[in-house]
Amino acid sequence: MLKRPAFYIDMEACTGCKTCMIACIDKNDLPDGVLFRRVTEYAGGNWSRNANGSYEQNVFAYYLSISCNHCENPICVRSCPTTAMHKDENGIVTVDHDKCVGCRYCEWGCPYSAPQFNAEKGKMEKCDFCRDYLEQGKPPACVAACPTRALKFGEYEELAAKYGADNVVAPLPDPSITGPNLIVSPNRNARPEGSRSGKIQNPEEV
Amino acid sequence: MDRKNSERKPAGSSLKRRSFLKWSAALGGMTALSGAGVFCGLRSVESAETFADKVVWTSCNVNCGSRCALRAHVKDGVVVRVDTDDTGKDVYGDHQVRACLRGRSMRHRIYAPDRLKYPMKRVGKRGEGKFERISWDEALDGIAKSLGETIEKYGNESVYLNYGTGNLGAVLSKSWPTGSTPVARLMNSLGGYLNQYGTYSDAMIDMALPYTFGKGWVKGNLLSDIVNSKLVVFFGNNPAATRMSGGGLVHDVIEARKKGYARIIVVDPRYTDTATTLADEWIPIRPGTDAALVCGIAHVLISEDLVDHDFLRRCTAGYDEDSMPEGVPAGLSYKSYILGKGPDGQAKTPEWASEITGIPARRIIQLAREIGQADPCYISQGWSVQRQANGENNCRAISMLPILTGNVGVQGGNTGARESGYGIPFASFPVLENPVKTSISCFTWTDAIERGTEMTAKRDGVQGRDKLVAPIKFIWNFAGNCLVNQHSDSNRTSEILGDDSKCETVVVVDNFMTPSAKFADYLLPATSNLEEDDFAPQGFASEMGYVIFAEKVIEPLFESRTIYDICAGVAERLGAGEKFTEGRTRAQWVEYVYQKSREMLPELPEKLSDAFAMGIFKREKPGLPPVPYKEFREDPEGHPVKTPSGKLEIFSKQLWDINREWELPEGDVITALPEYTPTWEGVSDPLRKTYPLQLIGHHYKQRTHSTYGNVDWLKKVAPQELWINPVDAEIRGIAHGDKVKVFNARGVVHTVAKVTPRIMPGVLSLPEGAWFTPDGKGNDLGGCVNVLTSLKPSPLAKGNPQHTNLVQVEKA
Repeated sequence: MLKRPAFYIDMEACTGCKTCMIACIDKNDLPDGVLFRRVTEYAGGNWSRNANGSYEQNVFAYYLSISCNHCENPICVRSCPTTAMHKDENGIVTVDHDKCVGCRYCEWGCPYSAPQFNAEKGKMEKCDFCRDYLEQGKPPACVAACPTRALKFGEYEELAAKYGADNVVAPLPDPSITGPNLIVSPNRNARPEGSRSGKIQNPEEV
Repeated sequence: MDRKNSERKPAGSSLKRRSFLKWSAALGGMTALSGAGVFCGLRSVESAETFADKVVWTSCNVNCGSRCALRAHVKDGVVVRVDTDDTGKDVYGDHQVRACLRGRSMRHRIYAPDRLKYPMKRVGKRGEGKFERISWDEALDGIAKSLGETIEKYGNESVYLNYGTGNLGAVLSKSWPTGSTPVARLMNSLGGYLNQYGTYSDAMIDMALPYTFGKGWVKGNLLSDIVNSKLVVFFGNNPAATRMSGGGLVHDVIEARKKGYARIIVVDPRYTDTATTLADEWIPIRPGTDAALVCGIAHVLISEDLVDHDFLRRCTAGYDEDSMPEGVPAGLSYKSYILGKGPDGQAKTPEWASEITGIPARRIIQLAREIGQADPCYISQGWSVQRQANGENNCRAISMLPILTGNVGVQGGNTGARESGYGIPFASFPVLENPVKTSISCFTWTDAIERGTEMTAKRDGVQGRDKLVAPIKFIWNFAGNCLVNQHSDSNRTSEILGDDSKCETVVVVDNFMTPSAKFADYLLPATSNLEEDDFAPQGFASEMGYVIFAEKVIEPLFESRTIYDICAGVAERLGAGEKFTEGRTRAQWVEYVYQKSREMLPELPEKLSDAFAMGIFKREKPGLPPVPYKEFREDPEGHPVKTPSGKLEIFSKQLWDINREWELPEGDVITALPEYTPTWEGVSDPLRKTYPLQLIGHHYKQRTHSTYGNVDWLKKVAPQELWINPVDAEIRGIAHGDKVKVFNARGVVHTVAKVTPRIMPGVLSLPEGAWFTPDGKGNDLGGCVNVLTSLKPSPLAKGNPQHTNLVQVEKA
């Protein structure tokens, strides 16, 4: 098992296809209203019309597939009043259903929307990094599913060494808040974290 | 990033998985499967070893151009999880054929609540969707009786197999080409049927481009060849949405881009998912004006002497006045047309093109210089540009860029056509010979119901006869949604089909109660491809050939039957049983096809059962990407193309003649040169005073055309929405997420607005394939773009110009 599991996104390859989402829904039998992994569409730019009816524009757009980042300093764990939300021995942030009372404090705290409320069970659920697959030596469902090979996973230190660690892009939150185990390789469209040049295009989906 | 959680309780949440089989025998048992309730007893920590009884290889066979492997996990006879290819180390060339989101949702497709359960017969008016349950014997007897009477009364040419691509990737249960299906074999056993030519995908390019390049399908260089290109220009080519397979083209482009140095430009009305990730630049363009852009670029190439004179002189005809065919007046060459020395006297300057296309003249000049100086340059087009009322000219025009710059027949260049793929051979299911040679454009079947014997070769593109001898009286519609959903003008089409005195019998064979299924007289439940043994030879991929061995995963649900057995039943009742089956069961045909394939691929396992266990067979493509027209380029006299002159015909004398011989409707024109021709409902149509916005319909991740359009998971992750630019939205008071209605004289569509800078002002795009859901008051509530499209065919191909529409949009 990994010591510090991390996800990696190659923005040069992610086309926002959402296969990772369906693979996750299928594998975890997620009911309506619960999505462990979500694809955010971020876009911006303006249009201006020339005298002859032609247009100038500086439009850009890109996608980010985000699940739980199994943070080093997880807010969800800090804000859980029952200690149900905890980091297990492998660094996977996990909900103990015997303790969870479904108060949803973790959901309010997490800037990545990782903890999800299962209304049917009255409990929180979230990405568990496909722990069962990891135990069998297989990649998480989303990573194995990715048609463009944009999603990868591995030991944080190794990924950081390979791809660099300080490459956070908008609209991701400041990584100092929770210490996410997430590595992103920006593409040419990527705007820096904190940028106001674009906005989330699919707020209803994420 | 906050989100609202639904508090809805899934249906059937108290059901146990094991009770499914009991449930399935009962009416309405399928409703238990809507929502995740049935399977939610599973805990994700359950290990895969104990999780399923078996894992079976199967495939996704829909019409995206890709073909994907799936691995179905089965427990107690129910599919409980669907994985994809996980074999090997995923090294490019021997990589995993990873299915896209649609294939991965297969579980919720086969168990969808609207799955057809037993044969049904229409009661009430056709199209109302009211049916009564009948037995298989009653269904097959009734169909055989109608079919026999139709053939006797109107002849075999009154029977038509409607276009349907819901299972085109299969072999035994293939649904397209219609002439390669079990239904075709049945009809060929009974004296034949009316053929079709062209497709809803590529009718105009299929018809028009060979006038330039010579008879047959015009190939393109592989996308993997981009690794050898300096510049890539995609006209409306969007593999990230149209060919999403991780075994195929989108993966190929990403790999080539990472290895090579090509700059990629996307020319498209939308900032597509291909542009977001792969393009260095997006050039927005008004729909239907690609030919005008090409003319503007050509003006710069010619004026600034960036054309390849040697290539033009050796390999082309019609570029300048010295290379024109006999019998044509002077001043009609391409160069004359571009420089304003032709009949219209209009120089096709970048400024002229700018007003039409919406692209600044400065950018057109730059683009021309980039294309003229990049060696080699890879120019290709998706099939959107040809799916226009002037589509035949758009696609020929785009090919002018590689022709003018001599990028045809070189490594890293292209013909301007869409990319080709690499494949390995595999046998097909034999369908006998159709004695009938008459053929209509697949888009004109509604005309053939209405006008029938008035349709002629010179007016309506009838092939094989001067005119039709019978109207269409009997329709087979297998695994297709073109009866109403994917055909144009859904409301008018519903009227034509609804009149059962015109087309007397409609048989629909499908898995679901689709909008087309509602127009059936006999509605038959077919097995899904997970309920039968079959094969799925690959779709488009550049550097690897493969075939998927798709074994039966579960027993047929309810009373569903394979298309082979359905056709055999009808054949038997009409005395052609032996002719149809040749004494073989479906299982024996599967074996037959497999052994035939082993003759072509001796590496395959001897036993079919071993192939099914293996699941997928792959072979890496050897050597460099092949270059179409390479030999022709090197030796045009020794290897002429199949045009009358043996050269690439920039001016086509054949089209010149057709334009004068054919009876074209007012305003339609067929030009010998790839000219820009303004069209009805195009950018310059005065109708824009009433309906100011151009509407196109893009391919969307939620569906492949209309297939998967009923899957709840996909609707959730990729909802149907109308793309509208903030400029257009603001003046109409439309905000992101608002309910809107889009309308023109043909109908009204209700949908939701996606307000985004990713589409050009003045243009709307509604993802094609959403299911037509009429409310009886003239509104469609499903978001079906074809409510707004026109039945008027394109001039030459008589194809479907479904991206040529003018509309208005309002807040609903």
